[in-house]
Amino acid sequence: MAKNWPLARRKKALQQRARILQGIRQFFIEEGYLEVETPHRIPTPAPESHIEAIASDTWFLHTSPELCMKRLVAAGYDKIFQICRCWRERERGSLHLPEFTLLEWYQTRGDYRSLMEECEDLFRSVARTIGVGQRVIFRGREIDLSEPWERISVKEAFRCYARTSVSNALEKNLFDEIMVQDIEPNLGLERPTFIYDYPAQRGALARLKKEDPTVAERFELYMGGLELANGFSELADSEEQKKRFQAENDNRQSNGKPIYSMPDKFLAELDDMPPSAGIAVGVDRLVMVFLDSETIDEVVAFTPEEL
Amino acid sequence: MYTASDLRKGLKVIIDGEPYIVTAFEFSKPGKGQALYRTKLRNMITGLTIDRTYREGETFEPASLEERAMQFLYKEGDHYHFMDNETYEQIIISEESLGDAKNFLIENFNVEVLLFGERAIGVELPNFVNLRVIKTEPWMRGDTSRADFKPATLETGYMLRVPPFIEEGELITVDTRTGEFSKRVKE
Repeated sequence: MAKNWPLARRKKALQQRARILQGIRQFFIEEGYLEVETPHRIPTPAPESHIEAIASDTWFLHTSPELCMKRLVAAGYDKIFQICRCWRERERGSLHLPEFTLLEWYQTRGDYRSLMEECEDLFRSVARTIGVGQRVIFRGREIDLSEPWERISVKEAFRCYARTSVSNALEKNLFDEIMVQDIEPNLGLERPTFIYDYPAQRGALARLKKEDPTVAERFELYMGGLELANGFSELADSEEQKKRFQAENDNRQSNGKPIYSMPDKFLAELDDMPPSAGIAVGVDRLVMVFLDSETIDEVVAFTPEEL
Repeated sequence: MYTASDLRKGLKVIIDGEPYIVTAFEFSKPGKGQALYRTKLRNMITGLTIDRTYREGETFEPASLEERAMQFLYKEGDHYHFMDNETYEQIIISEESLGDAKNFLIENFNVEVLLFGERAIGVELPNFVNLRVIKTEPWMRGDTSRADFKPATLETGYMLRVPPFIEEGELITVDTRTGEFSKRVKE
């Protein structure tokens, strides 16, 4: 018997994890995407109200590869993907690790709607590659991946599952509580769900919707109540972006959090970015869904506590 | 002072002047939103459990409880009898107040009894305890179709998952914080 039995018994999960990673790469290579690597250690993270970066000397470990990847898109790399480690301070629970794996990709000439479709194609393709078919058992539910996936706006979701409206929830600062307690548990139960059109202030890097500028063209993907991905139509207006970052920093300051400096090179190049859409998928959670795991600990070789 | 990000299963805090222990804990952070700490807290005096959600930055006063070394004597109904190692005084703690600790208590076991004022309201266990397996199915060597663990019952009546090679009568180490199998004890 291996001394480290908890690690030994994770072998099957880690083998399946490797197949999923290979399945993701295979999909993007076949779709003509370029795999890129960008630095994990960066001078400044994107200022966002509720994402904390871990300092590394005078720089930071990136919280996502978003800024560097958008600079690549702006420089003419039109179909890129990356699978990398990201770090977020103090995020630890049965669904969170402070160091986790993110898959991020960018699609030019598309918007959040075409990105949702591509996301569906990716998941179906990975399911085929690893041989689980199009019905995934997760958290006691059979989730059907074959089309079409559910699409529900944030507004509709509040109407269906919450006892209050979006605007009321925002006003009372209860938006997150209601999302977690009343809405999330209802999403992605029979088929995956895209919940879309988030309040404008909840998409610091997303483009606002032309027909309704109170919402951002942003979506989240859920399966079995678990949040798996966040995507949006990209804001490509440096002035507007700078204002949003400043607003996020103001928020941070009023909550007693450190403010981050402006990512100047990113802002200087942002206007070159063609209309595009980008998405980040939590790879550990994707593995959890395919393996029907209860906790994120079961799908990684080592948790921080085991080091 | 604790802040919300210190919340963990087993943490003891004061709420409205009374000691509570965190019995379940879930960290949530809905897309780009704020961190939420959803907890179940058991009042260590009344045994009643409440659900509370806390936000990042909220603070708590730690419940400072006096600890006294005692020995677990025996169980009678849902009353657990302990004896003070110094004064030989005997006290009773209800099953409700013990919470999960009841799963790991065997006779003559030494624990720290927690006192709130003069009242015994629970026990503090070592992180690891050794307990005997009294019931588990035998494992067919070479049977790969089965899961990589199986159910087992311990001498305290507690049930948990163990690796397939563990047999009836064996002594195992259990992590009292998680209630999970840790390792096999060589005798």
